[in-house]
Amino acid sequence: MGRYLLHRLWQSALTLVLASIVVFIGVRALPGDPATAMAGEEADPAAIAAVRAQLGLDDPLPVQYVKFVGHALTGDFGKSVRTGTPVREMIGATLPVTVQLAVFAMLVAVLIGVLAGVVAAVFRGRWPEWGANGFSLFALSVPTFWLGILAVLYLSVQLRWFPASGYVSPFDQPLRGIYYLTLPAVILGLTHAAVVQRQTRSSMVETLTADFVRTARAKGLGRAAVVFRYGLRNSLIVVTTIVGLQLGGLIAGAVVTERIFSLPGIGKLTLDSVFTRDYPVIQAVVLVITAAYIVINLLVDFLYTVIDPRLRVSGRTR
Amino acid sequence: MTIAAETPAPPARVRGRVTRRLLHNPLGVIGGVLLLIVVIAGVFAPLLAPYAPTEVHFETPFQQPGTVGFALGTDDLGRDILSRVFYGTRASLEVGALSVLFAVVVGVPLGLLSGYWRWLDALISRLADLMLAFPFLILAVGLAAINGGGLTNAAIALGIAQIPTMTRVVRADTLRLKETDFVLAANTMHAGPWRILGQHVLPNAASAIIVQATVIMPVAVIGEAVLSFLGLGIQPPAPSLGIMLSDAQQYLFRTPWPGIFPGIALALICLGFNLFGDALRDALDPKSTR
Repeated sequence: MGRYLLHRLWQSALTLVLASIVVFIGVRALPGDPATAMAGEEADPAAIAAVRAQLGLDDPLPVQYVKFVGHALTGDFGKSVRTGTPVREMIGATLPVTVQLAVFAMLVAVLIGVLAGVVAAVFRGRWPEWGANGFSLFALSVPTFWLGILAVLYLSVQLRWFPASGYVSPFDQPLRGIYYLTLPAVILGLTHAAVVQRQTRSSMVETLTADFVRTARAKGLGRAAVVFRYGLRNSLIVVTTIVGLQLGGLIAGAVVTERIFSLPGIGKLTLDSVFTRDYPVIQAVVLVITAAYIVINLLVDFLYTVIDPRLRVSGRTR
Repeated sequence: MTIAAETPAPPARVRGRVTRRLLHNPLGVIGGVLLLIVVIAGVFAPLLAPYAPTEVHFETPFQQPGTVGFALGTDDLGRDILSRVFYGTRASLEVGALSVLFAVVVGVPLGLLSGYWRWLDALISRLADLMLAFPFLILAVGLAAINGGGLTNAAIALGIAQIPTMTRVVRADTLRLKETDFVLAANTMHAGPWRILGQHVLPNAASAIIVQATVIMPVAVIGEAVLSFLGLGIQPPAPSLGIMLSDAQQYLFRTPWPGIFPGIALALICLGFNLFGDALRDALDPKSTR
């Protein structure tokens, strides 16, 4: 167990270092020169050179990389080329929005997905299964950003049930904050609900045909008790893993959702910085998202071995 | 001579079985029909579309669907929605096909190599892990920003982002096939590694590759729409379903229709590939009893 954890930890750290190199090189491969962008298109070559020296762009790439990582480790990602705001502040302001959206969307996905998955598994071969499977096929095929646009049109603009855009922190005003996040979270969560539904269904079908479930039924246990206490409980292992793996993808998927609902999250920051070639922001934001993704996947792996004891055997040192 | 005549070639029999199984799966048939419609719409867009996709009619903006001359109405510049949906579908399919091609051409050889040689596996699998460390959308957005806009660049960005999964699928199949009796037999006959990979492993891995391609295709189609929607994919005035949705969002309060039809087209493309891909996977799987 301990050895396995250490191995995974080391692997993730290595991946993170390599990812930081890729991000660093990738940002420098972007078309456009940040020094020219900062000094202005019409600035004379001397002024551009001065900016270039000030930004440290004259240093050899390895030196620039070591400086970048050294600063990043202390939480210093430099300043935005456009606004001069420290990048750390920009991330600090936008990341909570995206995390709230992602967690809310995940709750929606788990609620809908597990429910639809259980229904599909329990009513196998009858119309509730077709309904539940039809839902997941629909959610996987229909582009969610289109659904988002339609939702804004009908639920916000015409029916005025939800605000079309904007963000209120749930920590300042809990009810209003949740109200503002509901529509984006449902839209973002739908695709993931479909994935959760499929996994829950196949896992439940497998569990419900297992011998111990038949024994429980033979003992005279009620159908509902068997489904929830035996079936669902065993299927939750799979669901937990899927949920964890999806959470990383949700943070990235927020890029589109935030654009549609004009939420001031990290996805919007990513896009804005890509369009304005604000390279300190781009590299910091992509690095933060990727690091979050790697850490979440690592945590899911650990959680998996905690929930399912069978998986601990292979890595056990005793 | 007589023996050869009595035993038909296995590939033909396998193919016949797969087709029969596909035709017996109602969802697969629906998916196939959807795909046929979508592909015809895309391929024959220049013949089917009543107008050029960029042709503007300033005197007739925001026409409702059903207007004479504009079956699905017009957008803010008076461009015919029907024509733009045809050409947008064509662009979606082009990007999808190109990125699948890219993922296959690069991903399959990498998968074969890493499945066959252990020392290469360490390198290639680490690289694949590294690429998978980035969320798909972030990788695609980043690559599209580096490559610049346009149809081909969007296809390359989406194709690159799909390489690691394709490599993993082919690698897993190669690892499995490497231990089979017919490969060991080829080994004893001094067949070289290239001959084994090309003539024995690759044909047997084909079904896994085809199934993975049907998984990649809708992801790439939606990916293109998302990139174009965000302004990083196909550049206006070129038609793209994603651009149409992004345009439509700005005047949704005036008329919703320009935002509805491109979405339906996208959904039909993806539904077709998802249904057909699921059915194909069942049909190709020798263990499935259907």
